[in-house]
Amino acid sequence: MMEKRAAISRQVTQRFAFGLLLLATLIVVAPVIYIVLYMVINGASAISWEFLTQPPSQAGKAGGIFPAVIGTFYLMLGTLIFALPVGILAGIYLAEYAQDNWLTRLINMAILNLAGVPSIVFGLFGLGLFVLTLRFGMSLLSASLTLACQALVMTVTTSREAILAVPREYREGSLAVGTTKWQTIRHIVLPQALPGIITGTILAVSRAAGETAPILVVGAAFLLPGLPQSPFDQFMALPYHLYTTSAHIPGMPKSMMWGTALVLLAVVLSFNFLAFVIRMRVRQRRYAS
Amino acid sequence: MKVNAPEAKIKLRTERVNLFYGKFQALRNISLDIQERAITAVIGPSGCGKTSFLRLFNRMNDLITGARVEGRVELDGIELYDKAIDVAELRKRVGMVFQKPNPFPMSVFENVVFGPRRHGVINHRQLEEITEKSLRLAALWDEVKDKLHQSAFALSGGQQQRLCIARVLAVEPEVILMDEPCSALDPMAMLKIEDLMRDLAENYTIVIVTHNMQQAARVSDMTAFLMMAEDRAGTVIEYGPTSQIFTNPKDKRTEDYITGRFG
Repeated sequence: MMEKRAAISRQVTQRFAFGLLLLATLIVVAPVIYIVLYMVINGASAISWEFLTQPPSQAGKAGGIFPAVIGTFYLMLGTLIFALPVGILAGIYLAEYAQDNWLTRLINMAILNLAGVPSIVFGLFGLGLFVLTLRFGMSLLSASLTLACQALVMTVTTSREAILAVPREYREGSLAVGTTKWQTIRHIVLPQALPGIITGTILAVSRAAGETAPILVVGAAFLLPGLPQSPFDQFMALPYHLYTTSAHIPGMPKSMMWGTALVLLAVVLSFNFLAFVIRMRVRQRRYAS
Repeated sequence: MKVNAPEAKIKLRTERVNLFYGKFQALRNISLDIQERAITAVIGPSGCGKTSFLRLFNRMNDLITGARVEGRVELDGIELYDKAIDVAELRKRVGMVFQKPNPFPMSVFENVVFGPRRHGVINHRQLEEITEKSLRLAALWDEVKDKLHQSAFALSGGQQQRLCIARVLAVEPEVILMDEPCSALDPMAMLKIEDLMRDLAENYTIVIVTHNMQQAARVSDMTAFLMMAEDRAGTVIEYGPTSQIFTNPKDKRTEDYITGRFG
């Protein structure tokens, strides 16, 4: 009798635990689904060929978001150009060359702490260093460099992890035929680590694309007569456009705001998807023998 | 089995070598002469420092932080731990085959030419010649000549290990160090590698670490038996011609080990 009761109570506990875990998972997923659905429902009507290819008119209340799309694209490209090489080189240094001493520990601690710095602080840093001190002005260049600084945290970390994940057997096999350390890194380690590095960098850049606060102070403009012609020009960007139109333009059509948000989300998610595809393809190649 | 003439030339030598990993002493007072163009087997219980010993000769222990060598390690009478030694050049002369086959994630061809390419061979015709020669030497050519441009991972374990041997042979070493090269292979693949080792011993100096005593007895000319002391530092208990070690060991511990009483 006692045993039977214990068995029932165990079953109940089991069900309860399972239900709790499921609930927690749903709490994680539900807002994401809700946000996407909400934006599609409210914003899809604004999406049109004209919306994507025309500049805004009437302070954003009409026309399209073309310059903001292009500006965000340039910004991602600029961030990538700066963040990728520095991330890879620093990752190689930290993974392969850095001795375990106070300097390395300091660098690692700095990287960790950098991840916790609020993005507006990065913006002010960019304003001080790139805009004012280096005289790049309020420009695409300043904004790209600022976002690259922020993205570096992730590119350095993922590069280092991807490099460390290359099996020791490969390195030893290469060194054992008389290659130098650099040859081994260049011809064995990097080709193996590159997909991981690229995936991490794409994710970092797509996150940078969604930033509003840092670019606010280093070069984003609300409205510009044309597209930026050089890295020293100001630019429009989707998140900033969304911020100003929704916060400062009275009578802004709701559908256009949600439409802009939808486009921004699509840009970010499509890059995340690209990273996912690269990772899957590499995984397949690695296991198909 | 080849009978060793007493005047056989010494290729590798260690003299009172101590090896430390930080504070831990892995090898103590190792003095061994290794003959040229012969197979020397290193046997002993797990953890006695066989692999550490082997890695003295191509300075692979350098990769471990805190590793420190005392005493002399020589190749053709040249001190290997001298500051003037170019470690990459040394490893070209002293190749190594590992416990687990470790072909690179590349084609068979690219695996073989990896070393030569890094050493500056760019002529494609020449690289093809090196590939055929090395694969023939490694007794693999007939099996892979039609799949040179397929992934090395498509080969069987035994073929992969012979590919790794070919990869070492492609840089024309003088010494081949083998760290339990058959431990991940099935018996048939193992016998093939053993045959191959006998053929290679005509021209190369081979040092093989093995936990398989039958293998040591089958292939080697000389055998060194290592054991760890109480502080776990490896020392040489006995070293001599394989036939003597296995039929008439002088040390009681050697006898206990080869008759399977421990280890």
